[in-house]
Amino acid sequence: MSTTVLPATVLPAGLPAPAIEPLARPYWEGTRAGRLVIQKCRGCGRHQWGPEWICHRCHSFDLDWAEVAPRGRIWSWQRPHHPVHSALTGHTPYTIVLVELPHADNVRMVGNLICPPDAKVEIGAAVEAVFEPHDAADPPYTLVQWRLAG
Amino acid sequence: MSERTLRGKVAIAGVGETTYYRHGQSPDAEFKLALQAVLAACNDAGIDPRDVDGFASYGGDRSEAVRLAAALGIKELRFSNMFWGGGGGGVCGAVANAAAAVHSGMADCVIAFRSLAQGQFARYGRGAAVAAAAGDDAFLAPYGLMSPAQRFAMKITRFMTDNGIRHEALRAIAMTSYHHAQANPNAVMRGRPLSAEKYDASRWIIEPFHRLFDCCQENDGAGAVLVVPADRAKDLPHKPVYLLGAAQGGHHRSAAPVHNAPDYASAHFKTVARNMWEMAKLGPKDCNVVQAYENFTGGVLLSLVEHGFVDPRTANEELVLDRLLAPGGAMPMNTSGGNLAECYMHGLEMVNEAVRQLRGTAINQVPGANVVAVLGGPMVTPVSSLVVGTEATL
Repeated sequence: MSTTVLPATVLPAGLPAPAIEPLARPYWEGTRAGRLVIQKCRGCGRHQWGPEWICHRCHSFDLDWAEVAPRGRIWSWQRPHHPVHSALTGHTPYTIVLVELPHADNVRMVGNLICPPDAKVEIGAAVEAVFEPHDAADPPYTLVQWRLAG
Repeated sequence: MSERTLRGKVAIAGVGETTYYRHGQSPDAEFKLALQAVLAACNDAGIDPRDVDGFASYGGDRSEAVRLAAALGIKELRFSNMFWGGGGGGVCGAVANAAAAVHSGMADCVIAFRSLAQGQFARYGRGAAVAAAAGDDAFLAPYGLMSPAQRFAMKITRFMTDNGIRHEALRAIAMTSYHHAQANPNAVMRGRPLSAEKYDASRWIIEPFHRLFDCCQENDGAGAVLVVPADRAKDLPHKPVYLLGAAQGGHHRSAAPVHNAPDYASAHFKTVARNMWEMAKLGPKDCNVVQAYENFTGGVLLSLVEHGFVDPRTANEELVLDRLLAPGGAMPMNTSGGNLAECYMHGLEMVNEAVRQLRGTAINQVPGANVVAVLGGPMVTPVSSLVVGTEATL
């Protein structure tokens, strides 16, 4: 599977880091290794996202984690211009996408689309994940970003 | 077994509000604003504030019921209630909770209120200054998704793209509120009219559907309504305004984490609106006026569609200024200026305006208004709505 790693970050330094909480630890361990890993229920075999303590479909607490294809399609998008955080001042606009993963029961993930600030964005466009390491952070973490699939 | 309903069982007998201020401009502390609004509602209803026996609020209001009761020398507190959820999702829910308490006999005289001094406390439009984002935010904040506008924007992008709705429809919603505010002495945006040109020239907050004037202000102030049994309301000074229907909640998994609600491009009113109309035994066509909470104009569009006021297929033709203005529009909306231009009092100001329309005392009065719907804050979850009417609707 794709293990594309981004040389620089999409957004400037200084934004909040993700807290690596126990419920989501396998996801964050996966991204560090360049793998997209999400919750999959051992009871009914279906994926869910974000992480939950229970399967919302069959109520099993026996939730596994499974690697899924790092590919999806844009379900919706936005391009913020107003800086909502001091780190973003002078760095807008940027593009946020909601990506649906057809190979994983259509769960959706939020990330940035790697594109020029005036690029046209099409709902339904195919995208692929790009792993963005923040190695200097304590603890280090890796975000999942998206780019149009070539 | 008698029918389980709130229809016609309770009435709003008093409304109160403070002076409304731009955020940070209130000379008074948030709790003092709450006290002022509560006293004003009691005075309007001709009821001694010491006889109030309950408080209901929403949005995590900081003016706690017991503190209000102590400050006002309330004789006996019988009901205190907080509606879960953020922003104005609970505005109609708080009124409905007060109504349920009164109708069930748990209390007799309940205030539903909201107090906000965003100057005294944190503002909404900026992300919290934290080093690490936890819970859902761990999957959002690192991508620069933090503000309320950003939490909802992708619902609006998807719905408007799918239905071919133009930004001009949202412009009409914004201009309606600003137009009505120009006649309202307590409107924060009085004296600042909004033309189409000014709207079009305003800066982007978020592309593709949020210009500056699509977004609500942040304000200081407080508002309150007093809910009593229907029988009691008849003996009080004002024409009673009866609760005809109210509902709250959310559709299937509306709060699914990280933007995974199955029916995502929604204001979350689909089941709520159905339940409200069912209780009211009315529909959108029966309403003379609608108050639709604007956090963002796109949310108003979704609310109107989900309550049956607007057909998404013809939204571009329906959401035009002439149709939305009092007194003569086909669907007069946000007649005091709403959140955008009267005051962002998390919609409580809209409940007050619904009452004034039914009393016949509104500044932008719709002649002969008998039924008014209030659609609470959209796109958060849970959400709530209500419909009120005059005695003629019972």
